Amino acid sequence: MAIDAEHLSKEYQYGFHDEDASVFRTEKGLSEDVIRAISARKKEPEWMLRFRLKAYRHFMARPMPSWGADLTGIDFDNIYYYVKPTDQQGRSWDEVPEQIKSTFDKLGIPEAERKFLAGVSAQYDSEVVYHNIKEGLEKQGVIFSDCDSGLREHEDLFRKYFSTIIPPNDNKFAALNSAVWSGGSFVYVPPGVHVDIPLQAYFRINSDNMGQFERTLIIADRGSYVHYIEGCTAPTYSADSLHSAVVELIALEDAHIRYTTIQNWSNNVYNLVTKRAVAQAGATIEWIDGNLGSKVTMKYPSIYLMGERAHGEVLSAAFAGSGQHQDAGAKCIHVAPNTTSNIVSRSISKGTGRTSYRGHIVVNEKADNVKCNVRCDALLLDETSRSDTYPYMDIKNPNVEIGHEASVSKVGEDQLFYLRSRGISEQDATALIVNGFFEPFVKELPMEYAVELNRLLAVQMDNAVG
Amino acid sequence: MTVRGLSIDNLHVRVGETDILHGVTLHVPEGEVHALMGPNGSGKSTLAYTIMGHPAYTVTKGSISLNGTPLVELSPEERARLGLFLSPQYPTAIPGVTVVNFLRAALRGLGKELPARAFLAKLSQTMASLHMDESFRGRYINDGFSGGEKKRTEILQMALLEPAFAVLDETDSGLDVDALRTVAEGVNRVRTPELGILLITHYNRILEHLKPDVIHLLYRGQIVATGGPEMAQEIEKSGYAPFIGTSAEPEPMGAHHGN
Ligand SMILES: Nc1ncnc2c1ncn2[C@@H]1O[C@H](COP(=O)(O)OP(=O)(O)O)[C@@H](O)[C@H]1O
Ligand SMILES: [Mg+2]
Repeated sequence: MAIDAEHLSKEYQYGFHDEDASVFRTEKGLSEDVIRAISARKKEPEWMLRFRLKAYRHFMARPMPSWGADLTGIDFDNIYYYVKPTDQQGRSWDEVPEQIKSTFDKLGIPEAERKFLAGVSAQYDSEVVYHNIKEGLEKQGVIFSDCDSGLREHEDLFRKYFSTIIPPNDNKFAALNSAVWSGGSFVYVPPGVHVDIPLQAYFRINSDNMGQFERTLIIADRGSYVHYIEGCTAPTYSADSLHSAVVELIALEDAHIRYTTIQNWSNNVYNLVTKRAVAQAGATIEWIDGNLGSKVTMKYPSIYLMGERAHGEVLSAAFAGSGQHQDAGAKCIHVAPNTTSNIVSRSISKGTGRTSYRGHIVVNEKADNVKCNVRCDALLLDETSRSDTYPYMDIKNPNVEIGHEASVSKVGEDQLFYLRSRGISEQDATALIVNGFFEPFVKELPMEYAVELNRLLAVQMDNAVG
Repeated sequence: MTVRGLSIDNLHVRVGETDILHGVTLHVPEGEVHALMGPNGSGKSTLAYTIMGHPAYTVTKGSISLNGTPLVELSPEERARLGLFLSPQYPTAIPGVTVVNFLRAALRGLGKELPARAFLAKLSQTMASLHMDESFRGRYINDGFSGGEKKRTEILQMALLEPAFAVLDETDSGLDVDALRTVAEGVNRVRTPELGILLITHYNRILEHLKPDVIHLLYRGQIVATGGPEMAQEIEKSGYAPFIGTSAEPEPMGAHHGN
């Protein structure tokens, strides 16, 4: 899809900033008291408080990761770990406070809802304030709520799966999230239920210096299908913000979960996300992961293929402009025989931007007849841009079929010339090539998101002056 | 009084460290078809790229103008907007950019955007006349295309962009008899009394369809002979040797450095 020149705007498109209407926030920095305050505020059961405190100790004990991107700019003492914007959750649009509504208007959420939404779950700061589930979903027995409500209203189901695939001690940022998590989505799809419309959530950081630590848990019971879409847009601030989410997907036998992310944090956000899924026998997991914006992103969606015939897909696209580092990748762990996985990664670097692909394929001894295919392509727009590939393979069973292809290319002089010789300006020609490079990713998105992504890409292209 | 058509005067061109063209002078008045022939490595494609403004080719001396407007200082897109069109010998693939989006972007770039319905109708009609399947509009331009498909796509572009002057670099190469006829008919269909064409070719066959007014022979970066249509038949019969001396072999690259 082509980018219109008139859409190119010099400003960070979503860099508006509402007056902060927060009614409660914890003090800056993290301590046991802050965690107790969060948990008390949420009126959580005792086990969750203990879980948080244990996670906090893991977080304190673990060193910062020394591999991957540069994280030295993060100041943990200068972050608000919890901000609650309004006292009540609005159930209908009319109940949502005016000022917050105007923010949603700017983000176009009501439109999205009109178009094809079942439920819009929009996260304003740490709490979901507007949440609307279509009756049809409820009738099917589908649970789609913010994660806090999930804990409150479906405690047994929640507790059965919560943190079962990403334990608090998994990594420093998963530990941090486990200690202070708030908001995010909780989804349960009963056996055999096919959710026809994508479930969508908008996430947004609005408080200066505020970390956002949402937690998403999706369970697709036997033979069910669900597509969950997460879009993120943060406003621009001078101080660095931290976003550290945890997402757990559980696909039981023959279930299918597709999880789509279009993330567009402003250029000062550290985006450090742990995403992991398990696929039981015959189940399919698809991560569709688009990373634009942010200062640093570290994100490696992973899939544990636990049962026979389970299938995993990771399709990712990243764009790094000047000063940005997108350190992304994928992991597929083949535990059971006859499991398959497919990883496709496309990244673009511009100016001093940097992209890394970090992949990890594991095939266990008992996993006979595994098929796995990895393909990563990087495009460099300037002499100063950079891309690296770190593919790790740990193959313990000889009976596998593994393909790995990687390429790094520069925007070709001949491609630019060919387009320009048809009357297309150099800027538009570059945009066409860039869009074309992302096409395999874009064509997997619902129409609205494909358009949105191209628009965001145009803005990023324009902002990222080398 | 401006001279209508393409005028090239004493053109010297360098690629990297190598001088390729050594004073080419050529005038193709509007509405005429001139054929440019010559052994491989003579500099025909170099001339074509230079006319269109490819950044790898540097004009060290001389001038090019279209309908009186000097081209050398202009970008490729500016030349395109003056009505210049190049069908390159090896059209470039742009993965992910569909034929239809490419054409739309080109028309927009040229300021010739059509209403969607008119555009699609014209596209369908032109594709049908070039015996191209409708599915081609959704394919990524030149990506995995066969030689013949690429050439048809070039003529499709020419038909939709309606240039004032077209340089066709070996648009007939690698085509079977039927494909050649289709492509040649395609060119004839877009011809207007004003359209000038510089047709680079090795073969007489396309010339039977397009009926050139003048034949130029380029050898070692210079025009060594100019004549009427009969010259193409002589070349077809006896090769280039009678026109360029003993051998029709191209010189090794970089062996000749001009003046
Ligand atoms: N981009 C280039 N870089 C280096 N040498 C080139 C380039 N383009 C053409 N040449 C050289 O210029 C000479 C003429 O080539 P070309 O113009 O392609 O001839 P023709 O089209 O007549 O076969 C050849 O020696 C070729 O190797
Ligand atoms: Mg040539």
